[in-house]
Amino acid sequence: MADTLSAPDIRAGRLTSDDYLQNFDDIHPPLDPHEAAVEADRCYFCYDAPCTIACPTSIDIPQFIRQISTGNPVGAAKTIFAENILGGMCARVCPTETLCEEACVRNVAEDKPVSIGLLQRHATDTYMASISGTHFRRAPETGKRVAIVGGGPAGLACAHALALDGHDVTIYEARPKLGGLNEYGIAAYKSVNDFAQREVEFLLSVGGIKVETGKALGRDFTLSDLRAGHDAVFLAMGLSGVNALAAEGEDLNGVLDAVSYIAQLRQAKDLSVLPVGRRVVVIGGGMTAIDIAVQTKKLGADEVTILYRRGQDAMKASRYEQELAQIEGVVIRDWLAPKRIVGEGGNVSAVEAERMTLDSSGRLSGTGETVTFAADQVFKAIGQTFIADPVNGGSEPLALEGGRIRVDADRKTSLSGVWAGGDCVAGGEDLTVASVEDGKLAARSIHAALTA
Amino acid sequence: MTDLSTEFVGIKSPNPFWLASAPPTDKAYNVVRAFKAGWGGVVWKTLGEDPAVVNVNGPRYGAVHGKDRQLIGFNNIELITDRPLEVNLQEIKQVKREWRDRALVVSLMVPCEEKNWIDILKRVEDTEADGVELNFGCPHGMSERGMGSAVGQVPEYIEMVTRWCKQHTRMPVIVKLTPNITDIRKPAQAAKAGGADAVSLINTINSIVSVDLDLMAPNPTIDGKGAHGGYCGPAVKPIALNMVAEIARDPATRGLPISGIGGVTTWRDAAEFMALGAGNVQVCTAAMTYGFKVVQDMIDGLKDWMESKGHTSVSDFVGQAVPNCSDWQHLNLNYITKAKIDQDLCIKCGRCHIACEDTSHQAITAMVDGQRHFEVIDEECVGCNLCVSVCPVENCITMVEMTDGVDPRTKKPIERKFADWTTHPNNPNRVMEAAE
Repeated sequence: MADTLSAPDIRAGRLTSDDYLQNFDDIHPPLDPHEAAVEADRCYFCYDAPCTIACPTSIDIPQFIRQISTGNPVGAAKTIFAENILGGMCARVCPTETLCEEACVRNVAEDKPVSIGLLQRHATDTYMASISGTHFRRAPETGKRVAIVGGGPAGLACAHALALDGHDVTIYEARPKLGGLNEYGIAAYKSVNDFAQREVEFLLSVGGIKVETGKALGRDFTLSDLRAGHDAVFLAMGLSGVNALAAEGEDLNGVLDAVSYIAQLRQAKDLSVLPVGRRVVVIGGGMTAIDIAVQTKKLGADEVTILYRRGQDAMKASRYEQELAQIEGVVIRDWLAPKRIVGEGGNVSAVEAERMTLDSSGRLSGTGETVTFAADQVFKAIGQTFIADPVNGGSEPLALEGGRIRVDADRKTSLSGVWAGGDCVAGGEDLTVASVEDGKLAARSIHAALTA
Repeated sequence: MTDLSTEFVGIKSPNPFWLASAPPTDKAYNVVRAFKAGWGGVVWKTLGEDPAVVNVNGPRYGAVHGKDRQLIGFNNIELITDRPLEVNLQEIKQVKREWRDRALVVSLMVPCEEKNWIDILKRVEDTEADGVELNFGCPHGMSERGMGSAVGQVPEYIEMVTRWCKQHTRMPVIVKLTPNITDIRKPAQAAKAGGADAVSLINTINSIVSVDLDLMAPNPTIDGKGAHGGYCGPAVKPIALNMVAEIARDPATRGLPISGIGGVTTWRDAAEFMALGAGNVQVCTAAMTYGFKVVQDMIDGLKDWMESKGHTSVSDFVGQAVPNCSDWQHLNLNYITKAKIDQDLCIKCGRCHIACEDTSHQAITAMVDGQRHFEVIDEECVGCNLCVSVCPVENCITMVEMTDGVDPRTKKPIERKFADWTTHPNNPNRVMEAAE
């Protein structure tokens, strides 16, 4: 086929600079004060509100919406931050359609929940625009020292809560910037205008938090070192490994890991330098798959196809996010598992996928039928893994469960004085908001232990 | 055939919807637009003597808003017409000539001297207007000059001025009452004693609509100061309904025609006023909020409702609810209701539960078998209707009468016999039932 004989069409600068600006602008523009007032009026102020129950951080949603409706958006933000210090980012990235907004009682009679996420954004944006620094005031210093490994949502939430309690916190972050996936992973159009860093600044402005960037556990220090030098340690380093495709041709040029590409995209000052294929195939069914698919489309890819081995309902990305991708022109093909990446002269040229089905016992199995998708660029978005080596540098090993760190309800690990949370712990939901809750719970437990 | 036409104190109107004396009826321009939109009549904005009054040049209105800034209550500090008397009279005459089928009543307010009333009545008669309405209600500005509600608050003045007017004009005289009194029956009785053909009510209620917390002054604020205004709009309807019913029920004024005013916004509001004895209604705030087009739904809605009830003319239902307006002491204490929640309609907001739990009788569950579930506990329910009132879904909670068996709350058998407070054993002044 002529198509596959030619060199793959991967180019940077497919669009005009205006296109980039427009494509990567805020995907859900903020509500203006009038829109917020109208929307806030829809809240019924439910008793024992289902939305609050559905929120992993238990934000008092009826209370903050009432504060917006009574003309006190800054007070609303204080209510939000009391439970979720990263409420600003969560307002942008939470899959509200499967959390608070799914629980909203307005769905029952009208099929249209209160736009809780947008209201939360209105409140937190208003706060950040009108308050310099923070309204939080630290408790008197306790002299206790806590080390936090990883400056993502879990680490930041834990650091803020402990600093507030008067403890002396140091965050060790392997990357140059704090924020974790908020800074390096979230789709660009969900966190515009450098919001992740602005949120970090707000959070650090409480004081008492020392930041050591470029410091990685297992490379620059060991867990034993941290335990020796601190009263408590919180591990929140996320997932640094990526799953392998285990398919032939994975090493061909043009087969990329979606997570690294997105990190590169998020850090790019100029999006026109990012090379993107004309025909892109994405393998996976989670939010990373959706995010890379939509972003490559927005970077000018002509055809973007997501291949997912099960049915669309089984995708980890919500139906709402799938539909957003489809509106952007991404094609989602389900029941297709990649068998082989086809190459020409060392470059990817196609993905050969097998049509899948559930066998009589409900197990996923191949049908033998294959479909080939021509591709200039292939992205793997099939999940991340926890790399345990760094935490096992000391004498005592840290207990794992399903390949991630085992923790109890208070986020305590098997080692005394060591807590963990976020994506690196077993049972993690890979959600920003769940990580924030982990950090919060761990901080509560650490504070109790330090003041016992 | 459903006929909406009315004849109120001899004044014919194609429908019972009149615009009240207020800004919408200050000029021919507005009144003609109203007639084109379908209004049955207008009460022209109150005329006074020359030189005309002046209005403030800053804000004269204030509002109370509900959800989505729906206007619930409205407040004004505007005075009577600020246009020269002759200009108004000319326009009235011309409009009446061009709109023969519509009612055109002229509202009046002059100082409490017989001569002043004689003078203005003569000039109004020349316009061929259908009648006059005496403004004894305006509670701000004019009352400081001994007019408006300053007259309406003294039954003797009402009677006196009404008598002068009846004496000096052949036009029907409607007396507009102020609600800013203790007992509305007294001014109504005075109007009747003076020979009034009808009363209209309510005028606006003394009000401070809100306070500007930066200026620390009442709204609307004029150069840092505010004065009380007159309150109207949907919020005042319940007060007006009660006052209309009081007059309709009072043996001293029974049968006195009433023009119902106060928060009429929909056909249903109008029907309610009329059920309580009003022969027609007057509207202002609804028009000032939505424009004159609102009358179309009032006309269609009233007509459709009348058809559904088999009424052919408005007189079929005017006053129908008056006999059912009673006093608390005559309410049947043996009538027992329990709230019932329709689980199919329930959206599980829990407001019924928390209202009952926090503030009333702990008669609604929040959780049943570990599930979020709201259900009435008949053993605790006193049938108060709070849950119905706070439920955001119409008809989700209803009050159901218990007609037999035992009331699970009191454990007493349901009595079918009527029994009110006057015969209740706990009433020290009870009347003993006649021995059978």
